[in-house]
Amino acid sequence: MNDKEFNYYISGETGKWEVVIGLEVHAQVSSNAKLFSSSATKFGSEPNSQVSLIDAAMPGMLPVINKFCIEQAVKTGLGLKAKINLLSVFDRKNYFYADLPQGYQISQFKHPIVGEGEVILDMPYGTKKIGIERLHLEQDAGKSLHDQDPTKTFIDLNRSGVALMEIVSKPDLRSPEEVAEYIKKLRSIMRYLGTCDGNMEEGSLRADVNVSVRKVGSKDFGTRCEIKNVNSIKFMQQAIQYEAKRQIELLEEGKKIDQETRLFDTKKNETRPMRSKEDAHDYRYFPDPDLPPLKFDQSFVDGIKKKLPELPDDKKERLIKDYKLSSYEAGVLISDKDTSDYFEDIAKNSDVKLSINWVIGDLFAALNKIGKSIKESPISSKNLAKLIDLIKNNTISGRIAKEVFELMINDNRDPKVIVEEKGLIQESNVGELEKIIEKVLKENGDKVAEYKSGKDKLFGFFVGSVIKESKGKANPALVNDILKKKLS
Amino acid sequence: MTDLTKLTLVESIKHVKDKKCSAAELVSAYVKRIEKSDKLNCFNTKDLENAVSKAKKIDASKKLDKALVGAPIAVKDLFCTKGIKTTASSKILSNFIPTYESTVTEKLWNEDAILIGKLNSDEFAMGSSNETSNFGNVLNPYRLNNENLVPGGSSGGCASAVAADLTSATVGTDTGGSIRQPAAFTGIVGLKPTYGRCSRWGIVAFASSLDQAGPMTKDVKDAALMLDVISGYDEKDSTSANKPKSSFLNSIKNNVKGLRVGVPKEYRVDNMPKEVDDLWQEGIKILKENGAVIKDISLPHTKYALPTYYIIAPAEASSNLARYDGVRYGIRAEGKDLTEMYENTRSKGFGKEVKRRIMIGTYVLSSGYYDAYYLKAQKVRNLIKMDFDNAYKDVDVILTPTTPTPAFKFGANTDDPIAMYLNDIFTVTANLAGLPAISLPIKYNKDGLPLSLQLFGKSFDEQTLLNTAYSIEQQVNFKSQVKDWWM
Repeated sequence: MNDKEFNYYISGETGKWEVVIGLEVHAQVSSNAKLFSSSATKFGSEPNSQVSLIDAAMPGMLPVINKFCIEQAVKTGLGLKAKINLLSVFDRKNYFYADLPQGYQISQFKHPIVGEGEVILDMPYGTKKIGIERLHLEQDAGKSLHDQDPTKTFIDLNRSGVALMEIVSKPDLRSPEEVAEYIKKLRSIMRYLGTCDGNMEEGSLRADVNVSVRKVGSKDFGTRCEIKNVNSIKFMQQAIQYEAKRQIELLEEGKKIDQETRLFDTKKNETRPMRSKEDAHDYRYFPDPDLPPLKFDQSFVDGIKKKLPELPDDKKERLIKDYKLSSYEAGVLISDKDTSDYFEDIAKNSDVKLSINWVIGDLFAALNKIGKSIKESPISSKNLAKLIDLIKNNTISGRIAKEVFELMINDNRDPKVIVEEKGLIQESNVGELEKIIEKVLKENGDKVAEYKSGKDKLFGFFVGSVIKESKGKANPALVNDILKKKLS
Repeated sequence: MTDLTKLTLVESIKHVKDKKCSAAELVSAYVKRIEKSDKLNCFNTKDLENAVSKAKKIDASKKLDKALVGAPIAVKDLFCTKGIKTTASSKILSNFIPTYESTVTEKLWNEDAILIGKLNSDEFAMGSSNETSNFGNVLNPYRLNNENLVPGGSSGGCASAVAADLTSATVGTDTGGSIRQPAAFTGIVGLKPTYGRCSRWGIVAFASSLDQAGPMTKDVKDAALMLDVISGYDEKDSTSANKPKSSFLNSIKNNVKGLRVGVPKEYRVDNMPKEVDDLWQEGIKILKENGAVIKDISLPHTKYALPTYYIIAPAEASSNLARYDGVRYGIRAEGKDLTEMYENTRSKGFGKEVKRRIMIGTYVLSSGYYDAYYLKAQKVRNLIKMDFDNAYKDVDVILTPTTPTPAFKFGANTDDPIAMYLNDIFTVTANLAGLPAISLPIKYNKDGLPLSLQLFGKSFDEQTLLNTAYSIEQQVNFKSQVKDWWM
């Protein structure tokens, strides 16, 4: 298989099928207060401890828009290179559910705050542009807890009224891998902007996945099914794989796809119908009469634009240019803002090649092993920079550096202190090195003879032995030079 | 000794400030009347003992500087009052005690007015005769040949309470005429302010884009004083208007010289009783004599106002009333699952008229009908607004009757919702256009029933409205003829 070419096609009995996917991502706006009330939004708080009179829909309560959430939505829109609508309208989406206190969700239906935009994916087969249809603001509902009591359902309204951005993609995605990249990229953009923490375990990011299939080469879209509320990238991918297969089987049997809403059962790894189109709610959308249309002027948008941080795509370009990184290296660094910040902290004053290797090599491996993010890294960027400087100025060898690194993982100590304390400074004194080399050559007279008779490969053995003899402190480059002379 | 309950609000406050009576004496006088007036059924909840003790506290404090010092005020049971049951005259909220105070009532108490009770109304303010209340009919203090009459609605309890001297003044809400029509039926003054003039925060919502709180009082000056107190921008209500205001009461003047008064031909409806037409002519005559300029105007889309109103108001209501679901507060009727609990609760909790409007509202918002009904109604609403905008290029106020008939008997319109809805024919336009309008009693008909005229003003120009009404009031010298037959 050649992964330089797009190849996600599913072979059925009647030929090859293409999967068409569109996502509606629900991203919780990073904000201390809710969309229309001043209640707190902290995750994991005591049930019903972050509920205002408005969130509980007490009689006579009225929503008041949280300006910060508007700014966050505009910021996100700008990050998606999207059209910002200076006039948008909040609508009521009416339906009854026990954890929806108002009996309606305030959302934006006909006139969203953000219009068309795009997200660029870096796929092995090149970059791919995924269209954004729109972004709108809406309220989250509360939570129904069915497993607390045999006969009762409990309601937790902490989430009720929390601001969400619904980001709707065009049906431009074609494989589970593209979906994963899309979610990661979207999350990365929002984290750079500080508009959504993207924490899927806490439900800050979840998606409805629209899936349809069509024969390769066909221009028409098939009938789609919407898989509701999938909350991890892995589940999205599994759900798509299952759903595509299911649809293909149906179509190849000559059956029709019913346009319906489905749920993904993560235990059974299958999708199943939630409600059909016939049972679909009639949400009776209409403009919320409690909220005048949301209007702002271009200067408001421009003000936000001015304060926009560097975004992943721009950052990648800059890293490649400034640090001469490969596209792959830059790509790895920018996928997480904390990682690229960490890298730049080091690389701006230290050797770039060493910096990139240590960050995406040893540091990543170590963090992976202890299950920590780069933000929680036990080694500060400042100390890792010092370690790299010690290597660069020949104070220690790469091998010693690895030892020191292991020690730093435990206590984030200054590597200089460790090196001095343990006497690990690299031996670069030619006289001292010659002594060690003499000793090694004397002890291995037979190997010296073999080398001289043409067994060149033994050179590495001599280097290794010398380094070992020096307890790793010998400067490898100098050892090389001296050995070459001695053995010639 | 003066019967303190016969004083206007302005007079009674002056009495207290001048120490002609104590706040406790004033409140007690009302309490005494209220205790003898249960037959009128104005009150859903009384808070008499507390009222007297609050009055005593004011007296003891010796601070008598507040605008409504010591005034006993009962309010429509749609205003949420902290710690006091607030029912919207509905069974579904019959046990609801708010933990918060509406902005409008908060403003009353901040000026040292004293809550004496919550007043009956149509259920969720849906009705024109107070007959849809879960807590029984309110009687109009005026009768027709000793037969009981409706007080109008939905603020029927408010209207009867003011007319029967059971409250020194009150605040009602007006969504399609709910302040003005009952005011007209009971011979009092009712003012619906410009939409956005008073905060809607803490008022049980009926139709959010139309609801507006306003004063119902014994005379025009009282209305001006009440509006001074209850109006103002509220950041908790996104539809409230941030307008500078001076004192309406202090600015009131009896001068309509040069005032341009519009008389819209479309309000001369078929089958309008002669007495109502004569009343209208009388109003025109008075204004003319006082130096106003009368102009015939046209508001061409008036005939669509009622159907427009009866699409928009139920649509908003169907959504606003979704929160009464038995989950968090109010009554709950259990069921075997969530859906059945909803059905049982709402079937039991809502009355017939409320259910009718929820059904209409749900229908007009449904997919496939939205464009034909709700969207079209919104367009017509805009045309109605433009009618007024155009008219106000030539006139300052518009004069019409408040209602097509005086108060009617119980049951007269209950079988025919359309006939009932026709009561709002002159009043709904002000709500649709968001304009201020006032109803002012002018005279009694041959049966001794009050007849009233209505004035529409320009947006946020309540002052001109009050001035015009005040000037007519000075001329007609309308006096209460309530006979205390129920005592």
